[in-house]
Amino acid sequence: MPMETVFSVKPFLAVLVSLIAIPCIISSRSQNIRESWTFAAAFIKFALVLSMLPLVLNGGVVEYTVCQIFPNLGIAFRVDAFGMLFALVASSLWIITSIYSIGYMRHLDEHSQTRYFCFFAVALSATIGVAFSANLLTMYLFYEMLSLATYPLVTHHQDKEARSSGRKYLLYILGGSIGFALPAMLITYHFTGTLDFTGHGVMAGHVTSGTALVLTLMFLFGFAKVGIMPMHSWLPAAMVAPTPVSALLHAVAVVKVGAFSVVRVFTGIVGIDLLAEFNIGTVVCVIASFTIIVASLIAMSQDGLKRRLAFSTIAQLSYIILGVGLVTASGMTGGMLHIAMHAFGKITLFFCAGAIFCATGIKNISQMKGIGKRMPITMTAFFIGSLSVIGLPPCGGFISKWYLVLGTLEAGSIPLLVVLLTSSFLNAVYFLPIVYNAFFCSAEDSLFEPERKEPPLYCVVPLVITSICSVILFFFPQPFLNLAKMAATTFLGG
Amino acid sequence: MTRHLPALIIVIPLLAALFTAGSGWINSKAPFRIAVAALFFSFVCAVLMLIQVVTTGIAMEYRMAGWAGPMGIVYVIDHLSAIVLVVITAVSTLNLVAQKKNIDAEFNDKEGAFNALYVLFTAGLIGMTATGDAFNLYVLLEIVSLSGYALIGLGSRRAPLATLNYLFLGTIGATFYLLGVGYLYIATGTLNMAELATIIPQNMESGVILFAFIICLTGLFVKMAMFPVHGWLPEAYSQATSVSTGLIAPLTTKVTVYIMIRICMTVFTPEYTFGHLDISGFIVLLAIVTIVFGSLSALAQTNVKRMLSYIIIAEVGYMVGGFFLGNRLGISGAILHIINDAAMTLALFLAAGIFIWKTGGESRSDLKGLFAKMPFTMAGFVLAGLSVVGVPPTCGFFSKWYLISGGIQAGNTLFVAALIFSSLVNAVLFFRLFEIAYFEPFADADSHGSNHGSHTHGGALAIKEAPLDMLIPFLIASITLIVLGLYSGTIVTNIIQFAIPTGVI
Repeated sequence: MPMETVFSVKPFLAVLVSLIAIPCIISSRSQNIRESWTFAAAFIKFALVLSMLPLVLNGGVVEYTVCQIFPNLGIAFRVDAFGMLFALVASSLWIITSIYSIGYMRHLDEHSQTRYFCFFAVALSATIGVAFSANLLTMYLFYEMLSLATYPLVTHHQDKEARSSGRKYLLYILGGSIGFALPAMLITYHFTGTLDFTGHGVMAGHVTSGTALVLTLMFLFGFAKVGIMPMHSWLPAAMVAPTPVSALLHAVAVVKVGAFSVVRVFTGIVGIDLLAEFNIGTVVCVIASFTIIVASLIAMSQDGLKRRLAFSTIAQLSYIILGVGLVTASGMTGGMLHIAMHAFGKITLFFCAGAIFCATGIKNISQMKGIGKRMPITMTAFFIGSLSVIGLPPCGGFISKWYLVLGTLEAGSIPLLVVLLTSSFLNAVYFLPIVYNAFFCSAEDSLFEPERKEPPLYCVVPLVITSICSVILFFFPQPFLNLAKMAATTFLGG
Repeated sequence: MTRHLPALIIVIPLLAALFTAGSGWINSKAPFRIAVAALFFSFVCAVLMLIQVVTTGIAMEYRMAGWAGPMGIVYVIDHLSAIVLVVITAVSTLNLVAQKKNIDAEFNDKEGAFNALYVLFTAGLIGMTATGDAFNLYVLLEIVSLSGYALIGLGSRRAPLATLNYLFLGTIGATFYLLGVGYLYIATGTLNMAELATIIPQNMESGVILFAFIICLTGLFVKMAMFPVHGWLPEAYSQATSVSTGLIAPLTTKVTVYIMIRICMTVFTPEYTFGHLDISGFIVLLAIVTIVFGSLSALAQTNVKRMLSYIIIAEVGYMVGGFFLGNRLGISGAILHIINDAAMTLALFLAAGIFIWKTGGESRSDLKGLFAKMPFTMAGFVLAGLSVVGVPPTCGFFSKWYLISGGIQAGNTLFVAALIFSSLVNAVLFFRLFEIAYFEPFADADSHGSNHGSHTHGGALAIKEAPLDMLIPFLIASITLIVLGLYSGTIVTNIIQFAIPTGVI
């Protein structure tokens, strides 16, 4: 397949558009005008991303260099299949989350909404920036930008709890990136002389197996947004944020930026061949498996709904890492596809958690008995989201898990297969009782009066859309699946 | 005209200092205007010279009064001094303009004297940078020191004591340098730097030259506040007024580092400093201690200006350590960091100046609620803080990039670790301030209340920004941090690369 390279400013514009909207957001006179700027930026961003999709699906790439800082290294963008996959997820979900934000923030009469929407826009710029980065330096730049832009969002309530969670957040995220990722990046640059993401990595032939292993682990733990244990505990802490933030940023953008960065570095810098040759992939798989099982077990014991979701996210992120660690075609396809599939499922769940809080003020699972009769739409969406995250048909999550399981078989690794299946079982154990108790409890046990009372429309519509999307993705996974397959083919060099 | 730029850049501010002092009796506004005009003129000269040096690739040489070296004094503008001159004049001008209100408040009726000292101090720094004569350098160093003591002494009630402390140590440092120059003269019979550089390589084994080198370097270490001779700096910088620290803090240590680089590279040549002598390892170790010590001490401070002062000490360690790694990357990093750190320190102290002007206090807790009150100032302050932490695309990231790369190339893990450690500590330092500014009016108020809407009703939260004539120069300074960052590759390939002798790999 001939690789067509197009030089276009579009990727840069896609990053910039939400930054440009910020002065407009700040200077808007009324709430409605302010939110329409958010929507304008979100739609333009999505359109820009979408306009590059046909080219990428045909095997082309879009490149743009903003400025050359070092002779062979600068701030540059390159849109390939993998980046496109992630950008599509992030930019489409931003639109839906914006609708939800309006409903949630206005319903709860939150303070400093302008600041909230501004930093949301910055965070999205950074996310797309990471997705389209052509080299590690650019990615690091946007990664840090995202860390800092999300800090005011996580600590939005500005109370004591937010303060200590914010500290934890910075400690892990900023500490990880400065302490591990930055030196790893510089050491890589010292050995290889380049930081460009290539199809097969740049380390091969420049480093010994020991160095490669150390660098790989430094990247894995340094990009702490991916929440690999023991660098995970910021994620549950960050759940103090308003729910839309948790939804988009901590189920989709931030954590997936972590996963994306790690996968990108594994494939584009370390190289899949090296992962396989030096058995680094196996080490990565073991670490990921540990995180999957332990996080799932912890999730079972959590009573706060958002905290349970957070631990579930930690486990699901490690699926992505596990998929790449398998270094097989199906495993990688599954891992990358999981970025998209898990995003739609998990964001639905978070939207539901927020909707429940909006309508009833309840945060704990133990108080949700019988809530299904009161909020049937919300809880049905919750059910669909759970199915997707567990990986059952007819939801998108099934497809990615299918490929992951195929990947373990291709790698001939029965222990990893067992890990995946056990984790699915655990997922079912900690999600389905919530749904069961919500719908199937006797009238005496129910903590709610039988009348129906859904949260505001702005909150319900987004979660309906995302749950429907989860189902549609089971039947039509094509754009994401094709992109993931293309990316896997490129990385494996076949 | 262009030919005379190396003289004009120093003569004009020297003359202006004279006029400034007198003009205060005639018109209270005149001193400020003359000072700004003179400094801006120097800035233009510096930029013109930089352009000329970069385009022609040849150093400019100027013989004062037409006397040729080694008898006469020669001023040499090469790539290294040209860029440092731009930094000095830019920082000095911007700080003076930005802190006009602080000057008016602090030095009522003394504008003439203050502005004269200010311009004199800058002129001395310019001369130190431009001169090609080792003894002339000492003379200018004393001009800088004396005007610096006066500037600092004009500060708070405890400032005179701090100044006295600074004066003792500063004089010892300068004397050491002078002694070193004396020994050099005994050994070589010349004071002209270019000539020294041709004689010293022929006498590598000379004990007198070795002694001269060591004692010069020691003197400079005192002047730049390396550990363990740093004691004068925090007290002096934190007791001085905002406008004085805004000038002295970004420039003094940086220019001294420049002098160290000049002495080690131009006078003693890299073959002698890195090749013949076996002291680089020890000095890098000293730099590592300085970095760690500076960072940890900064953690212990509650006064913002003192905290920033200790950060300066750590940054001195960055530059000295990077330079003595002895490879091209490390030296590039050190020189780049002279530029970047001057810009960062300026931005930080301008911010401190605004805080003191607005809140009257300089303790950490005085920052309470400032994100809501002064969003633009705080945005600039955050930018400056992130630059010190080393977050891209601010300039601090890129000099750290070179320094760490240099450390990796030299195989000096300890230095790399110290830089990373210091970055992490800086992150803690600045986010502690950001936290106070972001949370404090809220965190105590009603942390248990569920009604978050009530926060907005606090009367203290209305936006009360700093006056525009303080804010705009400050924002220019902080945006410069990003511009410098994005152009750091250009600065290195077009300027710094030529400042390092080709022998250094």
